[in-house]
Amino acid sequence: MDLDKKQFEGIEKILSEELIELGVRCVLLIDLAGNIIVNLDDGDLEHDIYSLAALAAGNFGAVSAMAKIVGEEDFSLLFHKGESESIHFSKIHDELLLVTIFGKDVSLGFLRLKVTEATKKIREIL
Amino acid sequence: MALINPKKKEVQVKLVYYGPGRGGKTTNLEYIFSKFRKRIKGNLTTVKTYGDRTLFFDFMPMDIGVIKGYNIKMQFYTVPGQVKYSATRRLVLRGVDGIVFVADSMALRQKMNLISLKDLQDNLATFDKSIFNIPLVIQYNKRDLGDEGIPILPVETLDNDLNKKLKAPSIPASAITGENVVETMKKAISITVASLEKRLDVGR
Repeated sequence: MDLDKKQFEGIEKILSEELIELGVRCVLLIDLAGNIIVNLDDGDLEHDIYSLAALAAGNFGAVSAMAKIVGEEDFSLLFHKGESESIHFSKIHDELLLVTIFGKDVSLGFLRLKVTEATKKIREIL
Repeated sequence: MALINPKKKEVQVKLVYYGPGRGGKTTNLEYIFSKFRKRIKGNLTTVKTYGDRTLFFDFMPMDIGVIKGYNIKMQFYTVPGQVKYSATRRLVLRGVDGIVFVADSMALRQKMNLISLKDLQDNLATFDKSIFNIPLVIQYNKRDLGDEGIPILPVETLDNDLNKKLKAPSIPASAITGENVVETMKKAISITVASLEKRLDVGR
């Protein structure tokens, strides 16, 4: 997927307004090959985002393959809960995955709502 | 497919090391990681079994410099080589730009090389890619075993088995000693980036 500069900027703005301002730690928009398209964080992040993106794509791919084995098109929720940090995955396009890392101060329900809003806006740009 | 970011002037390029189990794919990456540690911002990420066999993939990002005004970020991956992990290999191949096929020179492994190459061809086809069109380098690994009295196949036999139709660049090597590991990597990077140059020109 080839995006132009304006599209990159538009996507960054949406993710910043919908998710970073909500208080999430980090947002990665990646493709299913594991490439990072956009990454934003709250300014304090020190994670290895390249490895995270590669693993996220692999993880999502593996879970999708499992879904098909059990007769599902895809699972509607892919989310890993940690002690202090959690990760949420959302497929927002055929080739694009939104990975959100958030702490205890953000509720999953509200996050999912914001991800849905961000997804709708991003799809209009693509 | 390589991801071009015109805003950051950056290209992410995916290079996958493929081949039969225990052929030396992970050893190649481990050698490159130790040699280029200072240029690798991240880590060598491995997802493996307790028995040290690659389970999912190994991953290593490396910046290789600027070409046509774009900062080229290579993403190195290996796949699990064991036959049972074909579905996993397919996942890792998604979006691949270039391949290093690590063949095992051991005479005992002749058949496994062929099975693995066929597996690569089939898996690429699921993404509408052809093994004949994708940038590909073949490495004949474990040449060092010949000095230890372990039967290895001559390069001519390996070429005949694996490269008669492909006519890809082929390099004899020894991943465990490091011999020609960097040369293989450089050749793979060179032909892979060359295949992207048209897209980089369009993006300017």
